[in-house]
Amino acid sequence: MLNTSDILETIQMIRQDCLDVRTITMGISLLDVAGGADSAGCISNRIYDKITQKAEHLVATGEQIEKEYGIPIIHKRVSVTPLSLVGGSLDQDGYVEIAKAMQRAADTTGVNFIGGFSALVHKGIARGDAALMEAIPEALASTHNVCSSVNVGTTRAGINMDAVNICGNIIKQLAVLTEKQDCIGCAKFVVFSNVPEDNPFMAGAFHGVGEPECVINVGVSGPGVVRNAVEKHPDADLSQLADVIKKTAFKVTRMGQLVATEASKRLQVPFGIVDLSLAPTPAVGDSVAHILEGMGVERCGAPGTTAALAMLNDAVKKGGAMASSHVGGLSGAFIPISEDQGMIDAVNCGALSLEKLEAMTCVCSVGLDMIVIPGDIPVTTIAGIIADEAAIGMINNKTTAVRLIPAIGKKVGDMVEFGGLLGYAPVMAVNSFSSKKFVLRGGRIPAPIHSLRN
Amino acid sequence: MKAVVTVTGKDNVGIIAKVSVACAEKGANILDIAQSVLGDYFAMIMLVDVNHLDIPFVDFVDVLTALGNQHNLRIDTMHEDIFNSMHRI
Repeated sequence: MLNTSDILETIQMIRQDCLDVRTITMGISLLDVAGGADSAGCISNRIYDKITQKAEHLVATGEQIEKEYGIPIIHKRVSVTPLSLVGGSLDQDGYVEIAKAMQRAADTTGVNFIGGFSALVHKGIARGDAALMEAIPEALASTHNVCSSVNVGTTRAGINMDAVNICGNIIKQLAVLTEKQDCIGCAKFVVFSNVPEDNPFMAGAFHGVGEPECVINVGVSGPGVVRNAVEKHPDADLSQLADVIKKTAFKVTRMGQLVATEASKRLQVPFGIVDLSLAPTPAVGDSVAHILEGMGVERCGAPGTTAALAMLNDAVKKGGAMASSHVGGLSGAFIPISEDQGMIDAVNCGALSLEKLEAMTCVCSVGLDMIVIPGDIPVTTIAGIIADEAAIGMINNKTTAVRLIPAIGKKVGDMVEFGGLLGYAPVMAVNSFSSKKFVLRGGRIPAPIHSLRN
Repeated sequence: MKAVVTVTGKDNVGIIAKVSVACAEKGANILDIAQSVLGDYFAMIMLVDVNHLDIPFVDFVDVLTALGNQHNLRIDTMHEDIFNSMHRI
């Protein structure tokens, strides 16, 4: 029979340490319903039909696995081919219509989020990309579950500063259009550098062009479990602690792999990847910041935080890589503010600043995430923040992203409430000096040289 | 298919009997039982064969969860593969 202590350990991980599968995300290719010269209505119908057909049993299957294995599966999501590749010759209004069709598909299938209202513009902006980007503010303001992303830079192509400026504008417009809902529109839009094509997490999930017709990707969430394991070893040195984290990550990821394999089998859709990211939630005890504090920094943001995060992130990957047959997506600790109680507390007590967060993103994914800034911050400053983060990704050959929420009418220290997994967050201070002249130069920051690495 | 039934809570008379009766009524065959009592607290782990249940497995999970709720116990009924995959290489 199974070892009693192993069984009780698993039950404690689930019941007390908030272990769960964050998402089963079904990736669906829409390349075969691409538009050409068809009307928006025609393309929208084809998109709706394909998503609802492929994802018809996704939610029910997820719920069944959840029940049989006793593992909470928090979200069931869909990601689709970046729609700028599908929309053909549509204009801005046409893309808004497509976003509404995606929302209808989400309603029909019952999925929590649907991602892929996206454009890849790291080297330049094609006609469809421009129309889609113009449509983003209205598309996200008029839907609830549709998520959008734009990739503005890669290590091989450099950073498209024209796209960065457009994204700064999109973020500001989204905030204005959804002001009455605490600017929630911004929480559904993320700007990437080196975006992965198989990411199951929102808002940045889309189904890349190298992906199969349909695929199952799974993201796990285990900050509470890792924190508990770390806190049980208060006197271990860092070599020993890294081993503890690796072993814990192995167990968490094996659970994700089991769920992914089972979902893939039942839905008769190939398994893609397990994303090893530690994804926090606002629930007490499910915080990445609390792991870092368990490792020994007094508050997240104190000197030593970046080193602790680097070690944590690496140990999670090492443990997780052996537990899964295919690892992909973002696979790094997430450090959002609003979705992590420890981060919120660290900001409130003055331990954590935007600048320290930027430093932390150098050693983990996924960038400046769910950070609320004052609503009167100039668009060019938002573009400057995006450019900084994209540069970290470009130079270090890693994924970085920016999901900022300019809270209209709010000032530093005010609270903004999003609800659910998105949580709540205090408005953070932003450096008041201008980046206007730099970002408005436009053009492209050339791709970096990779032989002289220092 | 086998499932692991874990019963935890404050010790009281007849816990094993109640869970065993529920298993027998629904056609679950008990293969092994381990239990421990620590102070006032009770933990019992049962391995059951659920191939011949007369109701769907997910309903059997509900029956045991409800039984636990009635008696102030926590009963988790889970497919054994979750433990195999997490704790065995």
